[in-house]
Amino acid sequence: MNYFFQLVISGIVVGSIYALSGLGFVLIYKSSRVLNIAHGQIIAAGAFITYALTVWVDIPIYISFPMSMVLTFFLAMSVERVFLRRLIGEPIISVIMVTIGLMSILDGLIYLTPFGSENFSFPPFLPTTPISVAGVSVSWTQMVGVVITFTLIGAFSWFFKKSTVGISMRAVSDDQMASMSIGISVPRVFGLAWATAGLSAAAAGGIIGNITGLNFETLHAFGIIVFPVVILGGLDSILGAVVAGIIMGLVQQFASGYLDGNWGLSGTGEVMPYIILLVILLFKPHGLFGIHEIERV
Amino acid sequence: MAHLIVSDVTLTFGGLQALTQVNLSIEPGFITSIIGPNGAGKTSLLNCVSGFYHPTKGEIQYGQRNLTHASPHQISSMGIARAFQNLELFRGLSVLDNLLLARHQNLQYSILHAIIYFGKTSRLEAENRTYVEKVINFMELEPYRKKMVGNLSYGVQKRVEVARALTLAPKLLLLDEPMAGMNIEEKEDIVRFILDLKKEWGTTVVLVEHDLGVVMDISDQIYVLDFGEVIGSGTPNDVASNPKVIEAYIGEE
Repeated sequence: MNYFFQLVISGIVVGSIYALSGLGFVLIYKSSRVLNIAHGQIIAAGAFITYALTVWVDIPIYISFPMSMVLTFFLAMSVERVFLRRLIGEPIISVIMVTIGLMSILDGLIYLTPFGSENFSFPPFLPTTPISVAGVSVSWTQMVGVVITFTLIGAFSWFFKKSTVGISMRAVSDDQMASMSIGISVPRVFGLAWATAGLSAAAAGGIIGNITGLNFETLHAFGIIVFPVVILGGLDSILGAVVAGIIMGLVQQFASGYLDGNWGLSGTGEVMPYIILLVILLFKPHGLFGIHEIERV
Repeated sequence: MAHLIVSDVTLTFGGLQALTQVNLSIEPGFITSIIGPNGAGKTSLLNCVSGFYHPTKGEIQYGQRNLTHASPHQISSMGIARAFQNLELFRGLSVLDNLLLARHQNLQYSILHAIIYFGKTSRLEAENRTYVEKVINFMELEPYRKKMVGNLSYGVQKRVEVARALTLAPKLLLLDEPMAGMNIEEKEDIVRFILDLKKEWGTTVVLVEHDLGVVMDISDQIYVLDFGEVIGSGTPNDVASNPKVIEAYIGEE
């Protein structure tokens, strides 16, 4: 039974990071209907910036972490400004192709740095002895990671629901023409969507780095698993990303915890999320919390 | 009040000439109609004025300001509002929320004020709500205040579209076929709203409309477009007796 709870805990930890990674994806999709294929690279960039600031520049992590979020905020904003701004009004598929190109370019750039090939780990800044309750243990980094994740998710949902900028973002996603005519600047909203996506990506990257260590391949894999997560959640729902993130985290942990090693299986943790995704989409084609649009003719 | 002047505006899409050297002078406080057969460039012209298109050549001047290269959100902040021919509403929101959202962009208070809420914020929110209620009363939308826009009939949605433009407290209102697809009674309502708007609010109205009867009755000034060119202009009587206009509408004898 302890083993079960241990898997539940690590599933929730991994899942909440999936949720935070998916959040940035959802923000961009929600306001501009663009699938940002390069989101994993932005997460990686955020993680490496955090590492560089913490270890190389030697800034304490509680300053370097928010600093890297701010830097990635501006990085993502400039990516939007340089590469995507001129594509406003073009077919969505062209924009998605640009994000694929962006993915390759960022990949290439990261491979040029030492981060492309080596493993890095953050110096521990929290007590290293795990907290254990009734035989189930959680490390301090995991605890703090989960708390930061949920705080950020809460902050983003509030921002989207209540702030003027958040409301403008939702208005733009609903009807661009109407939004422009009531005085919302659509390019500015897109820029901010990318920037906030960068912010959340850096947070996700920093947390992953602290929990599992930094390795570009792992972060790459993280960027890919974001897809089943947000598709399952319904692409444009923050709540969907959270629920789907945790479902995927649990599925992954249970699969690798119970299936691997039996009946000659291995690596089921990587495959299971996609199997679950396919099964759920059979019954709920718009994802768990996706908007089902009915067109009146 | 500001004068809208469109001078020598030409708009081309690749090889297609949508507008050719169009000149308009829209008098403040007037109802100016733009008429013309389908595809004459009426909506393109409105798009140029409201910043959705930018003219290939020519200038658009509103009072002291040059609109030629302004973007839609800048133009809406100058007091020019527009109602679309094809409905562009937030279908999932109530009528009230659609109108409040339009008002929202003008709110000027900081996040600190928003958190405290009392004082400036609550006063501004109350003012907004009062203004929106005034528009709802004016457009006779009271019964639909809390109804979801997507579920309303076409005629009412068109009225919400006009109401949303009015919520921005425009000095100049651009109406793109506000009566298209309506029955006689609904049309009469809209005509009444437009006339009241001119009389009570002093708003300048630019109307693009196909119903010639309505246009002849209410306009102070008419411009006739055909194949992207102004072929006639003046009072309703001038236009009705202009041979070029008769030719475009009825054909040659």
